[in-house]
Amino acid sequence: MPPLKIALAAILVFGAPAGAAMAETKTAFDFGQPITSADLQRYLSIPPNGAGLPPGHGDASQGRMVYEEKCAACHGEKLEGISETGAPALIGGRGTLVTAKPFKTVESYWPYATTVFDYVRRAMPFNAPGSLTGDEVYAATAYVLARGKIISESQVMDASSLPEVEMPNLRGFILDPRPR
Amino acid sequence: MSNYRKIQAEDCPCREGMFPRGKVSRRGLLFAVGSTVGVSSASLVRPALAAALSAPPGSIHYDVAADPTKEQGRPTFEDGGYGSRSQFETAVRLLAPNPNPNTTFTPLADLLGNITPSGLHFERHHAGIPVIDPAKHSLVIHGLVGTPKRFTMADIRRMPSVTRKHFIECSGNTLSGWTGQMEKTVQASHGLLSTSEWTGVLFSEFAKQVGLKPEGTWVLAEGSDGAVMTRSIPMEKMLRDAILAYGQNGEAIRPEQGYPLRLVLPGYEGNTHIKWIQSLQVSGAPFMSREETSKYTDLMPDGVAWEFVFEMDAKSVITFPSGAMRLPGPGFYEITGLAWSGRGRISGVEVSTDGGATWQKADLEGIPEPICTIRFKLPWMWDGKPRVLLSRCADETGYVQPIRKQLVEQRGVNAFYHYNGIQAWGVGPDGSVSNAAA
Repeated sequence: MPPLKIALAAILVFGAPAGAAMAETKTAFDFGQPITSADLQRYLSIPPNGAGLPPGHGDASQGRMVYEEKCAACHGEKLEGISETGAPALIGGRGTLVTAKPFKTVESYWPYATTVFDYVRRAMPFNAPGSLTGDEVYAATAYVLARGKIISESQVMDASSLPEVEMPNLRGFILDPRPR
Repeated sequence: MSNYRKIQAEDCPCREGMFPRGKVSRRGLLFAVGSTVGVSSASLVRPALAAALSAPPGSIHYDVAADPTKEQGRPTFEDGGYGSRSQFETAVRLLAPNPNPNTTFTPLADLLGNITPSGLHFERHHAGIPVIDPAKHSLVIHGLVGTPKRFTMADIRRMPSVTRKHFIECSGNTLSGWTGQMEKTVQASHGLLSTSEWTGVLFSEFAKQVGLKPEGTWVLAEGSDGAVMTRSIPMEKMLRDAILAYGQNGEAIRPEQGYPLRLVLPGYEGNTHIKWIQSLQVSGAPFMSREETSKYTDLMPDGVAWEFVFEMDAKSVITFPSGAMRLPGPGFYEITGLAWSGRGRISGVEVSTDGGATWQKADLEGIPEPICTIRFKLPWMWDGKPRVLLSRCADETGYVQPIRKQLVEQRGVNAFYHYNGIQAWGVGPDGSVSNAAA
């Protein structure tokens, strides 16, 4: 028998017991550990229907205090944005999207108020992301929306009112129409 | 975009290389600074230390041997077991001068072959680069799944893996093309593009572990940096080829690229490749996060914006000769560059050396891989006359890279993202190469 065939025969013979042992092991990987809803508190994102919005509330007058203390240094006293800090304007620009110089802000461009809440809660203020309380986020959101004349100065933002806010540019988006 | 203009005004590292323009080179400048320090404050800084400090990033300074054949070289393992590049190599990422530094460009003109060295991969951060201990990091998959689960990095490393080469391109790459503004170098114009060999676990493997509910049509990916950045991804894409990657170019993924774990979505705009990923939430609709509404949407002339514009269309660019280089004189040159498509393999590249009057088929370096860059080449005899060099590519879907006019006619000039027009480089009679738009 040529050496190669001997070697193959040896693999076949001695390979059999190893194969039998393999068959007794688990076939499913079963990786990962189950988690509870309590573990998921930190991961909750807020979609436009407001699912997962936390307790709490705030209006524009409360929001003004939050804004002046924690937002104005970068975004400007008048929410006008400051180029030196890189923080964009938050209001203004309605009607500019069809012009040569579109001015995109929360007021003129953002389609959902829930996005403002979600983003401020997770990423703002820039020097201390994720540090605002639920009440502070509702209040700061209410302040930006009120200054953008999207809600009234007295309107309270909470888990039920925030998803009801209709943003000026809600219908300003279409799905990517390029051919697939 | 005024920020990008500033880049042009500053001395850019990519002016160095094969044909510097005769200005003081960065290396020369660094050594000059080093010797000045050594002379003027000899009591404070020893000349050797000054020289060591002058070594380009990623390298270590060693004294140059008068004749390397007449002495022993430096000892093996003096580097502790992890090597560095030559002290004579100076290519670095280019920092965009934003108020909060958050973007760097890959020096495409300095790259060889097809893979971007990990240390030169472009960056776009939203809250800096977090330091994450892999022993404490995990990926949670929840929402519309059978069993929500947490996967530690140890779990993920045990799962069946794939290794695939893909480019990642920021959809803001070449955005100056929309306005016709002309970046001086290919690094500034096209440098938000990099290619790596990624290693990790397909999302479909994770799906088997948690079980998917049929109504789960979108997946929200979330990072664990200070921006806790989120993007909604169609489930169809996640199951097709999404990779939870922990490896890059044969070693652990770099911190700037998402260590210990990032999402790789072949062909999708770079912003969706969530770095430092900590969570995947399966849902029945997109979440409309800040990134996917206020930012990565393409505004059309009628005031309506395209949203969820994911695939990066086919694009190519000549990297040699390219902006701010100077050809030393008439004669032979090998034109070379990169072509890529987010929709599949590149099927061909053509090059014009006469401003688009005639086109020649370029040679592709190797076999095109799906959703990966490929290097192209064309031998060229420069006759010393002014020339305009162009490249255009096609992908396996039959799509051909457009000219700027076609893009602007369809999308106006304020789309900001997803510009993929043909790039032109002009060669002057003195050999100087400059951006000629297209």
